Amino acid sequence: MATDLNILSSNLNEAFSGKVVSLEERLGELTLVVKASDMLAVFTRLRDDADLRFEELIDVCGIDYSTYGSETCEDGKYLPDAPRAGSRFAAVYHLLSITHNMRLRVRVFAEEDEMPIVDSVTGIWPAANWFEREAFDLYGIIFVGHPDLRRILTDYGFVGNPFRKDFPLSGTVEMRYDAAQQRVVYEPVTVEPREITPRTMREENYGRS
Amino acid sequence: MAEIKNYTMNFGPQHPAAHGVLRLVLELDGEVIERADPHIGLLHRATEKLAEHKTFLQTVPYMDRLDYVSMMLNEHAYVMAVEKLAGIEVPIRAQYIRVMYDEITRILNHLLWLGASGIDLGAMTMFFYTFREREDLLDAYEAVSGARLHAAYYRPGGVYRDLPDSMPQYEASKVHNAAAVKKMNENRQGSLLDFLEDFTNRFPGYVDEYETLLTDNRIWKQRTVGIGVVSPERALALGFTGPMLRGSGVVWDLRKKQPYEVYDRIDFDIPVGVEGDCYDRYLVRVEEMRQSNRIIKQCIDWLRKNPGPVMADNHKFAPPRRESMKQNMEELIHHFKLFSEGFHVPAGEAYSAVEHAKGEFGIYLVSDGANKPYRMKIRAPGFSHLSSLNEMTKGHMIADVVAIIGTQDIVFGEIDR
Repeated sequence: MATDLNILSSNLNEAFSGKVVSLEERLGELTLVVKASDMLAVFTRLRDDADLRFEELIDVCGIDYSTYGSETCEDGKYLPDAPRAGSRFAAVYHLLSITHNMRLRVRVFAEEDEMPIVDSVTGIWPAANWFEREAFDLYGIIFVGHPDLRRILTDYGFVGNPFRKDFPLSGTVEMRYDAAQQRVVYEPVTVEPREITPRTMREENYGRS
Repeated sequence: MAEIKNYTMNFGPQHPAAHGVLRLVLELDGEVIERADPHIGLLHRATEKLAEHKTFLQTVPYMDRLDYVSMMLNEHAYVMAVEKLAGIEVPIRAQYIRVMYDEITRILNHLLWLGASGIDLGAMTMFFYTFREREDLLDAYEAVSGARLHAAYYRPGGVYRDLPDSMPQYEASKVHNAAAVKKMNENRQGSLLDFLEDFTNRFPGYVDEYETLLTDNRIWKQRTVGIGVVSPERALALGFTGPMLRGSGVVWDLRKKQPYEVYDRIDFDIPVGVEGDCYDRYLVRVEEMRQSNRIIKQCIDWLRKNPGPVMADNHKFAPPRRESMKQNMEELIHHFKLFSEGFHVPAGEAYSAVEHAKGEFGIYLVSDGANKPYRMKIRAPGFSHLSSLNEMTKGHMIADVVAIIGTQDIVFGEIDR
């Protein structure tokens, strides 16, 4: 596989010479980072170019990088240690080429943190439809050009983006059946945030003796 | 002439053919489906968010609860992702045990699928037959892990413990007298491997029985042939994997194409369909059970001849042996650290996928060097399959929706996560 990855990375560099923000190989996996403005052209070429031919989209997921590398915790929420350089949200695409038996990971950072926007790839791979709805639901990433960008996993009428790092693990509302009103009512959570094993960091080569 | 109007029908979430908590909003023109809008998330437990608040080891049992009919396959993808990031070498015997249990799990999954989709389409008896065989395999689960379903048997670095030398026995009760119990215990006199070998010898005959019931059954064929046809190109575009993709005629199996563990040393074939309809996918799954049986046999042979460790020796990740822990201060410290703070995985990201019974099950793990994952994404095969339901059901009758949900092998534990 290692030689294949070398061929693939040189093919990628050749095909997207000006558009590659970074291309690195780690643990036998290639990760390509492109700008949100170039993504549609890159993805179309990735699918159609005879040397690349990534005909299957395996996965799309959102990531919130706001507390990456931090162990500061308050009320069950993790907080960033210092203001981060770079964008907060990214969409990560995992592609698979059946023809060449290769995988590629593409990361696209959404430029604005307040309103993360990237383009939808549903026009290139219909499989992206639900994956993008999921990332929209859980992270609030907006996929421009998506035909039907609705929430998918959370409850009807849910407020917030639950997988963002500033959203508490217990959520914000709880529900119960109210006998007096004879219906289910939503109330603010009464669960106390607690953490049994705190998140800790170690020096660089810990455990690699 | 009366004016015919489209109407909208709600299907589920409490419906026996919905395989869990699927709610479908169907737009119908008479009895023909115009649009199907699946509403999912009724079983959403935010496993991925929970994993961010648990140590790497504590997440293993959550994996069982994703696709709760093929538990160990889910664990497998997760432990492989952790091992990849941390650079842990897994002993060869543990790899064989994993492959054997992966295939046991695949048979478990396909048996449940066969029984359940049989019931959906009116073949009531299938369920009784398939659950009879599931019982033996669940006993094999219980023998190694103590749990029939949620095993938590695979651990980063290997498997929890070696295969047992004896099987638990039935005891006489009000329902079974001593003679009956003796007969029930007949195949449980030896080790777990003897028990499984006995099963693998019987199993091909059972599969023949299922095929007698279904393969040439006129009603079964009327309900499945030509229903939910997906072309190979479309299957790729829609993100199909596993039997759904192979049913459409694409030769793709991670066990062959991107072999993990010891699949490259094992001899087996990949069945593929021709037409891409529900009947072909049924044939593919039935043949997969036979192939899994072959793989289990090969693993039993190997495991008999080759004893050895089943857990990595690296005590920064894998717990030390109990005996040494009680005599050795350093091992005691390792044990304490592993089960309190947990181990730290070097910063980085990894995606590892297994050929799950339902398709490609992948775990994308991002670590920032802490004792908990920074982000874990579960790539569930059923999620992409169900997202194609609208396209697959369009133009079919309402009764075919049940056949198509059945053929997709939907389990909500993994779709809603």
